[in-house]
Amino acid sequence: MTYCDRCGDEGVHEACAQARALEPPRYCRHCRRRLKVQVVPSGWSATCVEHGAIDG
Amino acid sequence: MASILDHARITVLEQGVGLTQAGILEVLQLPDDEIEAALQLAHEVRMRWCGPEVEVEGIVSLKTGGCPEDCHFCSQSGLFSSPVRSVWLDIPSLVEAAKQTAATGASEFCIVAAVRGPDAKLMKQMRDGVAAIKAAVDINVAASLGMLTQEQVDDLVSMGVHRYNHNLETCQSYFPNVVSTHTWEERWTTLKMVRESGMEVCCGGIIGLGETLEQRAEFAAQLAQLQPHEVPLNFLNPRPGTPLGDRPVMDPKDALRAIAAFRLALPKTILRYAGGREITLGDLGTRDGLLGGINAVIVGNYLTTLGRPATADLELLQELKMPVKALSATL
Repeated sequence: MTYCDRCGDEGVHEACAQARALEPPRYCRHCRRRLKVQVVPSGWSATCVEHGAIDG
Repeated sequence: MASILDHARITVLEQGVGLTQAGILEVLQLPDDEIEAALQLAHEVRMRWCGPEVEVEGIVSLKTGGCPEDCHFCSQSGLFSSPVRSVWLDIPSLVEAAKQTAATGASEFCIVAAVRGPDAKLMKQMRDGVAAIKAAVDINVAASLGMLTQEQVDDLVSMGVHRYNHNLETCQSYFPNVVSTHTWEERWTTLKMVRESGMEVCCGGIIGLGETLEQRAEFAAQLAQLQPHEVPLNFLNPRPGTPLGDRPVMDPKDALRAIAAFRLALPKTILRYAGGREITLGDLGTRDGLLGGINAVIVGNYLTTLGRPATADLELLQELKMPVKALSATL
């Protein structure tokens, strides 16, 4: 099972994928937990408490 | 009968006096085929009263999410089902973000926190963070920490914070539709204290919250009354989980009308492109705005969403022969 990293629902969503061009991920694809996300001017970092750092 | 643009050419361009609320409304109501002329006039006003320089700024969130306030547009409120989690930025990462911002040629670095107002922990983090930045990076430090007490205003001045951002967000008459946990007047009180402290006042808001054109004009007129040093102009980027999450992105033509109208209301103010420009106007909109009255940009990412790469904006400025305002020119 994989989850959408924007809305947290199951599967992959075209609209979410488009929106992600201007947004960092918010949910872990593996477990659907909300990510700890830090946005800085030149990038972002995201961490799942269970699965660790998420790659951009 | 002279059109509003003919009138603005005399009062705003030649005399440097902003349009009245009624005049601003007329600009916001211009037909599509007059938008280009409005932007052209706004550009002339900006060049005449502000010059060709563009002020470049980077912003970063020191404390993200978990805010007790209910600003209906904001994904950082802890009262909504937004996916944004609470997180703090450590000092080394803050300094690194300031370095990266300075490397773009930016003269401004604004530290933002999602709070009603700062508590002792946040003020300590600010004191440590501003000192660390000033020791390592040549850049002006601004702050945006919500509503302040007089003591906190004085503390920020002593830290060397040179500009304080506190957006009114929308006009006084529409504000209760957007925020219920504090009032427009409370925000105004903080702005007055900031003004009296000697810090520069940065105050703008978000267009497209559901306000009428009349209320949009009211907002521009109220900002003109405040006379802030800088007005950041955001366009609503509807965030999932917020009460305004299902609102449509505003019509790009209305966004361009707003840019022209705000410049004609505020001929001598730094008018900054802020959040929502990418989703509202696309890449071409950045060019239209810079040729339509905008004279400052936030480069790179925003607080919780992403922006165009800084290089894209800097290349555009070079193409438009608009020099980045040097740090020395801001002091």
